[in-house]
Amino acid sequence: MKESSDFEFDDLQGLLRFGYGKLTDTSFLLLNIVNADLAKKWLETAPISSALTQDPPPETALQIAFSVEGLRALGLEESVVEGFSDEFIVGMAGDESRSRRLGDVGSNAPQQWKWGGHAAQVPHVLLLLYATKGGLDAWQKTIEGEHFSNAFELLQELPTLYIGDIEPFGFPDSISQPTVDWMQRQSTDTHERDRYSNLLAPGEIVLGYRNEYGQYTARPLIDPRKDKFATVLPGAEDDLPLKDFGRNGTYLVLRQLSQDVPGFWQFLDQVADHIPEKREQLAAAMVGRELDGTPLVPAHIPGISRKEYENDFTYDQDPKGNYCPLGAHVRRSNPRTGDLPTSACGPVDRLIKILGFGQRPDEDLIASSRFHRLLRRGRTYGPALAPKDAIERHAPVAERGIQFICLVGNISRQFEFVQNAWTMNSKFDGVQDEKDPMLGNREPLMSGESTDHFNSPDPAGPMRTTCHLPQFVTTLGGGYFFMPGLRALKYISALPANRTGSPS
Amino acid sequence: MTPQSSFMIVAAVRDGQLKDLHALLASMNNLPGHADPNNKLIPFGKFDRLHFARFVIIEARTAQEIRAFGVTPRPWQPTLAFLGDIDGDMQTFFLELIERAEPGLKKVFSHCEGFSGENQDLLGWMKANNINASATYVNWIGRTVRQIHEEAALHRSLSTYLQKTADDVGRENVRALRQKLLSYVEMEKYKGRLTLTPPEPTPPEWKMRNLLHMIGIPLILLLLSPLLLVIALIFALRLRMLERSDPELFIRPSREHLAELTVQEDRDVSNQYSVFGDVKPGVVRLLTFKFVLLVTDYFARHIYNHGFLARIKTIHFARWVFMDNNHRVFFASNYDGSHESYMDDFINKVGWGLNLTFTNGVGYPTTRWIIKEGANREHAFKYTQRRHQIPTEVWYKAYPGLTAVDLARNSRIRQGVEIRQSNDAEIREWLSLI
Ligand code: HEM
Repeated sequence: MKESSDFEFDDLQGLLRFGYGKLTDTSFLLLNIVNADLAKKWLETAPISSALTQDPPPETALQIAFSVEGLRALGLEESVVEGFSDEFIVGMAGDESRSRRLGDVGSNAPQQWKWGGHAAQVPHVLLLLYATKGGLDAWQKTIEGEHFSNAFELLQELPTLYIGDIEPFGFPDSISQPTVDWMQRQSTDTHERDRYSNLLAPGEIVLGYRNEYGQYTARPLIDPRKDKFATVLPGAEDDLPLKDFGRNGTYLVLRQLSQDVPGFWQFLDQVADHIPEKREQLAAAMVGRELDGTPLVPAHIPGISRKEYENDFTYDQDPKGNYCPLGAHVRRSNPRTGDLPTSACGPVDRLIKILGFGQRPDEDLIASSRFHRLLRRGRTYGPALAPKDAIERHAPVAERGIQFICLVGNISRQFEFVQNAWTMNSKFDGVQDEKDPMLGNREPLMSGESTDHFNSPDPAGPMRTTCHLPQFVTTLGGGYFFMPGLRALKYISALPANRTGSPS
Repeated sequence: MTPQSSFMIVAAVRDGQLKDLHALLASMNNLPGHADPNNKLIPFGKFDRLHFARFVIIEARTAQEIRAFGVTPRPWQPTLAFLGDIDGDMQTFFLELIERAEPGLKKVFSHCEGFSGENQDLLGWMKANNINASATYVNWIGRTVRQIHEEAALHRSLSTYLQKTADDVGRENVRALRQKLLSYVEMEKYKGRLTLTPPEPTPPEWKMRNLLHMIGIPLILLLLSPLLLVIALIFALRLRMLERSDPELFIRPSREHLAELTVQEDRDVSNQYSVFGDVKPGVVRLLTFKFVLLVTDYFARHIYNHGFLARIKTIHFARWVFMDNNHRVFFASNYDGSHESYMDDFINKVGWGLNLTFTNGVGYPTTRWIIKEGANREHAFKYTQRRHQIPTEVWYKAYPGLTAVDLARNSRIRQGVEIRQSNDAEIREWLSLI
């Protein structure tokens, strides 16, 4: 049997394996390339962290990702660029139809973003610096070295600030993550696995490996006979003797999401008649976890408390959302559904299920979750503000939010799908014209029907409806990046100078 | 019960008229690809029997793909198609159309071959140019546009009222709540603010035909079964051979093509989908295709006629149509959610059914024993379906903002108004829908 040490962790950027939670200080830099040769020189020796475990654990880390314009600026040939997905090539804000799908309309519209909102603003490079408390400045000096300042222009440093392992509204974040099945021990065949599992095929997160369909996601492959520099690249598992520029790389989705923390808690406080328990209960219903992270679904294993199964649960026991509302943020962003609506016992039962018989009208409305998982790596920004302070009328105003990052192998099937079909969808799982209570924009439907409410189903009968939700989260910027494997970085830094084109 | 029917008026666009026609059709829209319900040419919103309508100019964008099979593409002239899904029969609907929109229709059709302008007998021409689908799917046979609007109004009204009264009466007090709601509905009906029209009697000749179809098709198949079994065996082997030798086309659609399609999508909760392509060469493929669609049509009519098509609950109407003397096939549907989630359903929920049908189409990813793989080859599948998709010039939906799941729920709410629940659990269930 293969051991996890057999995986090419030395070729992966570390963020794919670690959240670097201990490295609490971060600096996310948006850069443009002003001198491609110097940029490549810098890249050649830049201490990009790999995914190998270290003992003792590292005190710093450096990760790098490029937008399509960045890759072009470094001279990556157009034929290679064309191997990437359309979403990456066109960009997050590059097409109005995409913005509409992502809910980036109204106050979220790219025209109003602080960065990345139109083609000329898309940064070439995203540089992620991580350090233990107080260590960032020294680390920045170390990594910059001699060529940095002449190679790059700093467009913006995105704000980040560690406020404990919570997000600005006050909920613990990153409790739930998919566990990457590095050794590919779990079958992706639906006949062998029709229930939800937190194990995820590596190809869903890292390019160059089999995904949940048992297939290889399209990515740039290079013929080494035509491009001698490509010999440093790993081979394409599915298409030898081609070389795989994508292997061990991933797409990095970045969105700066501003959170109106006083607005959130003040609204809830008012709806809850200023009763703290009621306020927190409603907040928990909207998020889908309590303020200490406890899931809302009923105990599914006798004798084990809800607290203890913080990520080991599904919503199978709660089909109507009586415990965790169907529209809650975590339920929308990972409904924990399997391939079949309920487990099949035997081939006949399986056939009945496949043919769609024996279902309630409100059953089986959600896609299977395994094709839509995200590896989240975001960081918060803005000063902490506890709920009890946030409800005060003079709560300190400040820019707060999340630099939302997720790593995926397929932007449209994973990030865009979750964003569009699940969080922003006013019909998710049959809910009645409501979007993600925390995340959603409040744009009405084309028919004029409002979407600014939130329903909590109630076993007593009538749903409890909260009306006139203001928008709590606003998109301020975003972009799609590619985070290459380390050998692909070598390839990039060795690209011949004469191929350096100006970004088109 | 009023059964639904559909029409598809098809005519080649005259040489040199394409640009004009595009512009004329676009003048009916208020958003890219979306009809203004009150547009001057054909005010769709005025037809209370019309569920969906669309104008599409069918062009053979993928005509060259059949060359991979060593076959020269057949010529294809851009063709205008006008599709509609309606309550009741086509003939009376056409008369209604002509009554309200004769000049508009004439203006549109005058871009087509065989339409001679002012003196044309419009009804005759429309009927002569109407082609039948090989299979049609209706989400809920018998649910009329009128019913949909009445039930949506009922739900809206009840929902507002329930929110106001639930706490006064007490949420636990479900019987009293129900009583309040029922009296409220009666009052609203009396005041003329709500209407719940009882269903029309089912037309006897439709009933008869439906029954004959329901019994006849299995009967014929049963009678022919000894022969069919032998043929099936030969076909299975032959198809398996073809599957192994058919070329796999892995062609990525261009970004321009994609942009043309996506600009029309996700403007509301539902979307339209039109695809057009070639049938694979050879009689085995064609017969298989026809047979599969015969069975699909049968299942859609008699089994999947109440809210779901196998595991899919998001399709309102769909149809499969052979064109160009059985050399080409056109598929159109109206579905809820985004294109990506529609494709997700296609692959993960009904991939087998899609394979069964479209394995006979040029460009479809390779299948195994005609139900395996195929759509599961994610990229190849997503590429091919987008490549074969064609933009819709004008699309109309009579009930924006409502999904098929909404419609089913609204009907259940109405049912609860008309039929008394027998116990508290049922009352609670009913209240939870509102
Ligand atoms: C300001 C914006 C956001 C806030 C405050 C927020 C907050 C949270 C919180 C508190 C959790 C629960 C912790 C956990 O289960 O790990 C969570 C989970 C999650 N969020 Fe968000 N989130 C935000 C934006 C997003 C966006 C944009 C997406 C993706 C489109 C997303 C996807 C997820 C996913 C996939 C989970 C895990 C659900 C699970 O596996 O059960 N979130 N989020």
